[in-house]
Amino acid sequence: MSERYDYEQEDVGIHTTPVVIEPGHTFGTVTDKISSIVLRKRTPVAWWIGLALSFMLANMMFGTVVYLVLTGIGIWGNNQPVGWAFDIINFVWWIGIGHAGTLISAILLLLRQTWRTSINRFAEAMTLFAVACAGLFPLLHTGRPWLAYWLFPYPNTMGIQPQFRSPLMWDVFAVSTYATVSALFWYTGLIPDLATLRDRARSRFGQIVYGMASLGWRGSARHWARYEVVYLLLAGISTPLVLSVHTIVSFDFAIGIIPGWHTPIFPPYFVAGAIYAGFAMVLTLVIPLRKFYGLEDFITERHLRNSAKVMLATGLLVAYGYMCEAFVAWYSANTYEQFMMMNRFVGPYAFFYWLLIFCNVVAPQVIWIRRVRHSNIWLFVVAMFVNLGMWLERFIIIPVSLHRDFLPSSWGMYRPTIFDFTMFFGTIGFFFFLMFLFLRFLPVISIFEMRTMVPEAQIKEEEA
Amino acid sequence: MAGKRKVRPAVYGLMAEFDNPSDAVAAARRVHEEGYRRVDAFSPYPVEELSEAIHAHTTKMPLIVLIGGILGGMGGFLLQFYIATIYYPINVGGKPLYSWPAFIPVTFECTVLGAALFAVFGMLALNGLPEPYHPVFNAPNFALASRDRFFVLVESADPKFDRERTAEFLRTLGPREVTDVEH
Repeated sequence: MSERYDYEQEDVGIHTTPVVIEPGHTFGTVTDKISSIVLRKRTPVAWWIGLALSFMLANMMFGTVVYLVLTGIGIWGNNQPVGWAFDIINFVWWIGIGHAGTLISAILLLLRQTWRTSINRFAEAMTLFAVACAGLFPLLHTGRPWLAYWLFPYPNTMGIQPQFRSPLMWDVFAVSTYATVSALFWYTGLIPDLATLRDRARSRFGQIVYGMASLGWRGSARHWARYEVVYLLLAGISTPLVLSVHTIVSFDFAIGIIPGWHTPIFPPYFVAGAIYAGFAMVLTLVIPLRKFYGLEDFITERHLRNSAKVMLATGLLVAYGYMCEAFVAWYSANTYEQFMMMNRFVGPYAFFYWLLIFCNVVAPQVIWIRRVRHSNIWLFVVAMFVNLGMWLERFIIIPVSLHRDFLPSSWGMYRPTIFDFTMFFGTIGFFFFLMFLFLRFLPVISIFEMRTMVPEAQIKEEEA
Repeated sequence: MAGKRKVRPAVYGLMAEFDNPSDAVAAARRVHEEGYRRVDAFSPYPVEELSEAIHAHTTKMPLIVLIGGILGGMGGFLLQFYIATIYYPINVGGKPLYSWPAFIPVTFECTVLGAALFAVFGMLALNGLPEPYHPVFNAPNFALASRDRFFVLVESADPKFDRERTAEFLRTLGPREVTDVEH
């Protein structure tokens, strides 16, 4: 903890590859450093402040939900012709953020990108909490959330069943599967670390709680053999899952015939956008986190730079998507498609379209500059632009497409109400509230996977 | 009943403690070569060589996950087929009731769900977890098995087990310590 590396200086040589774990660490120091965040007695004051602020914001959401349930969804701004607005924007935004977590934990594991190891736990938690926030929106948008179980096929006295040809039904299955599998993956990864906490907790209460949660894990080689296979298989099945989830989310729009929705570029473009938004959120969270908890040894500059590069690459894919939308609208020679695009360029919401282009296409290009890529503050600022940009993208796609479609007599303007905002910012508070609890009670970095990164983990063969 | 009770050996087994993975792997190999079969090893992170050394490396997990995926996928598809064509047929724009391409997304999701549930719960079941109490927790220093120590255990149930001779043999493998594991 006393040693601080001068990264800038370390990185001047061309041949120095930035490390994923700083030298000098052993199994013991890795374990102690990460578990001490959870097990130390004194809770940092800043944590209490953060928890209190996020809890207040979360209460804004709870208040809005109570008012909404008592009144109806008329408290939101969406109404004919814009039937989908903040609720679906926020749903897609949150789900997209969650996808980077699965990408980091599953796809990068399969690609043997060892740098993922120190951020995967954190990113998976982000996935889980983001999906929790996302799920609230369609649930509440049903208007009667207490009847949401009607969405699932079950034998009932009404004799009715859901319509499986509807992409909205596919979405129910995709999102609920995604939430379940993410939770399983996350918990499976936590079991060995919970055992570490059980063995290291000094309070009786901690020993009992972590002991129960660790299910009696004892690190047996037989258990590890099965565990490793299952972990890899979960990564293998999560990879197509994460791609399918956002593909299906994009079907919610692409299957419809509204100009601006009915386009085959949507699935890949939504998936790229999701990963883009997710990496931006990873950077937003990780840059302050590693500073505050002194985790620079484990979450190194290399992690930040790699995340920035992934963000830049997916950002370019998204930019290609925007280009494609404009090109196809023009090339289709379809009046409605062309009007939809012109309406984005110069219509009443044009300001937001150009703001979106600035945030998502122009701003991230600064990552090409080495100085920017190596500056945490710059990366944080760029990530914030992307967070905003990806929200605006869904705003442009959803209400701006809906407000002027085929028939000018049914055009209208969309204006969000105060409750749209209290709900949205409330879920951000809820997300951070869960995040702060996670930081305090569970290991934020996968301890057992970090042990495999330590040099002594190399088996020295004597006979061979 | 009392007469039928099996006589339990005095100890559950003998535990050798190592402070690095290489020694533990070498020791586990020697233990297996010596003919011990009721053997286990413990490490703070997955050590592939250690599982191989005690011949516990191949598992049934891939098959279980495959079965889970197939059951999930078939279940999902048949559910949709049954609901859309038999139980609750709705004519949508004259399209066929059995419109299988529309059933693919949900079938896929159910496949993944089935595979994931079988993977995690299958792993826990085969590992016999949750199991809050296990004799190995009685071994001194075993709390470090989740930090930086490596252990090799020979159970007393092994036919070759002999408290003195096995302990003597384990001591030749260069452990920090060899200790009895109480029940």
